[in-house]
Amino acid sequence: MNTKVTIAGVELKNPVMTASGTFGSGQEFSEMTDLNKLGAVVTKGVSSVPWPGNPTPRIAEVYGGMLNAIGLQNPGIDVFIERDIPFLQDYSCKKIVNVCGKTVEEYLAVVERLNDQPIDMMEINVSCPNVKEGALAFGQDARVLEDVTKKIKAVAKKPIIMKLSPNVTNIKEMGLAAEAGGANAVSLINTLMGMKIDINRKKFVLANKTGGFSGPAVKPVAVRMVYDVAHTVKIPVIGMGGIATAEDAIEFMMAGATAISVGTMNFVDPETTSKIADGIEQFMKDKGIEDINDIIGCVE
Amino acid sequence: MSKRKEEATVYSQEMLTDGIYSLWIETSMASQAKAGQFIGVFTGDGTKLLARPISICDVKSDENLLRMVYRVSGGGTDLISKLKKGDKVSVIGVLGNGYEKAACGYNEESSNCELIPLNKSLEGKKVIVIGGGIGIPPMLLAAKSLQCEKVMVLGYANKNTFLKDEFDKLGQVYISTDDGSLGTKGTVIDAIKENGVSGDVIFACGPMPMLRGIKAYAKEHGMKAYISLEERMACGVGACLGCVTKTVNKDHHTHVNNTRICVEGPVFDSEVVDI
Repeated sequence: MNTKVTIAGVELKNPVMTASGTFGSGQEFSEMTDLNKLGAVVTKGVSSVPWPGNPTPRIAEVYGGMLNAIGLQNPGIDVFIERDIPFLQDYSCKKIVNVCGKTVEEYLAVVERLNDQPIDMMEINVSCPNVKEGALAFGQDARVLEDVTKKIKAVAKKPIIMKLSPNVTNIKEMGLAAEAGGANAVSLINTLMGMKIDINRKKFVLANKTGGFSGPAVKPVAVRMVYDVAHTVKIPVIGMGGIATAEDAIEFMMAGATAISVGTMNFVDPETTSKIADGIEQFMKDKGIEDINDIIGCVE
Repeated sequence: MSKRKEEATVYSQEMLTDGIYSLWIETSMASQAKAGQFIGVFTGDGTKLLARPISICDVKSDENLLRMVYRVSGGGTDLISKLKKGDKVSVIGVLGNGYEKAACGYNEESSNCELIPLNKSLEGKKVIVIGGGIGIPPMLLAAKSLQCEKVMVLGYANKNTFLKDEFDKLGQVYISTDDGSLGTKGTVIDAIKENGVSGDVIFACGPMPMLRGIKAYAKEHGMKAYISLEERMACGVGACLGCVTKTVNKDHHTHVNNTRICVEGPVFDSEVVDI
C-alpha cells in the first residue's frame, strides 16, 4: 500500500500536513503528537523582521469554528533560522516554511534567507485577512498575485506554494494566476473573513473587529474551492479548511487535493493529524485502495 | 511533566453559590498540577470546539483528584456545569507556569535556570494571597502550597461568598465586597489598608482592574507581586499566539513585547507585564 504523495518533486510519506499558524514551529506540539507521523509540518508565518501582531482579544469562538486575528505575530527570520529550523531537523517529516510580508521586498528578503536552509518548500502567505498592509492585498487581485509569484520564483531556490485566499470573487482565476506566475503548487483555503459582535456590550469581540473564520463549519466552502482550483490548474493543490477526520481528508483528496492540512482541529485534539494519517490507511485497507494517488480528484 | 489531552472522569460536581460550580475530576494530571496552573476543559459539543481554560483550585494527588471552581459565563461552561459523577470529560493539561515557576524567575527556554522550590525561596517571608471574584479559586491551592507565613484577602461582589470556609482553615482571611454586605466595602486594596495587612510578597488572581491596583500597590510598597492573567485562548500550548499580554521588555519567544499567557504565564511578575 502506498501513502506517499509528491509535490514539486518533494515526496511526503503521507498527505497529512499541518496548516500554518495552528502548529507553531512544530515544537509546541511535539510533546503531544509524533511529528514523524506527518507528511510535512508547515510552520507559522515568518517575516523579515519581528512582527508584534494585533491587540487582544485575538480569538473568538463561533458555531462550529473560531475567528482569529493574531496578525502574524512572529519573531522574524533571524530567530526562526537560529531556533525553529534546527528543532525540526530531528524529525523525518518534510519542512515547509510559511513566509509573510507587507511588501514584495519583504517576501523576497525572507525567501532569500531561506534558500540555503535545510527546508523542503516555502509557502507564501498572500492571504492573511488580519494584516492591514500587503498580505491579503497580494492575494485578491489576479494580476498582482501573478506578479508577486513571478518575483518570488525568480529568487527562490526551493519549490514555492502560493497560499490562496477564499475571500475572492473567482478562486479559479487566482489559481491560474499563481500557476502563470510559476508557482509549484497552491494551497487553499486560508481563513474566511468574519466578524462577531457581543450583543450585551455592543462591542466587537475581536480587538481587530474582523478575523479569519476557520474550523469544521467552513469545510463545504473549502471542498468546493479545492475542487474548482484542482480542476482548473495543472499544478498540485494542497487542500485545507475544517478538516477534522480522515473522512474529511479523503473528501478533499477526492475533490482534487494532492495533500491536506489540518488547522483549527489541532487545538481541539493535538493528535488529530496522527489519527488522520492512521485513518487514511484504514480507509485504503477497507476499500482495497493500493495507492493513495488513485483517489486524488477521483470524484465523478 | 508532559502536556497531553486525556479523558477524565467526573468525581463530583456541586453548585457553591449562584452560577459558581465546584468540579472534581479523576485525572493522572492531578499529581503534576501546581498552584496557578490551569486545565483546558472541552465541552464535548462539536459546535463549541475550544477548550475552556479553567484554573486549578485544589488537588488530592494520592487519589488522582483535581478540582476546578468556575463560573458559568456562557454556553460552554453551562455544558460543563451539567456534568455528573461518572461522566467522561476531555481535558488538556497541565497548562501554564504556576506561581512557583513565576516566583523563581524560571522560564521554559533558559535551561541554565534552576527551579528553586518555592517554599525555600520564601523561607522567613510573609505572603499576601489575594483573590478577586472568579480569581479566588486558584488562590486556594496557592495558599495551601505555601508553608511560610501567609494572610488571605478575598474580594467578592457581595456576601454570597464561595470557598471562604476553606480559606478560613488556612489562616487569617480578610474580605472585601463591592456592596459592603460583608467585610470592607470596596476593593481588596481597601481591605488591605483598612486591616493594616502587611507582607513581603503578593500572590494574586482576579479581574484586570484589581491586578492593576495590586501592581501599583506592590510598586508603591517595594514588594514583589505575582499576578495571574487571563485572555481568550485557542491552543493553550503556545502555538497559536492568541492569548498574549504586553510586556515591558522584549519577550523571549517572539521578541516583540507580547508574551504568551498560556505558556510563559498565566502567572507573571507584575513588573514584567505592561497591563
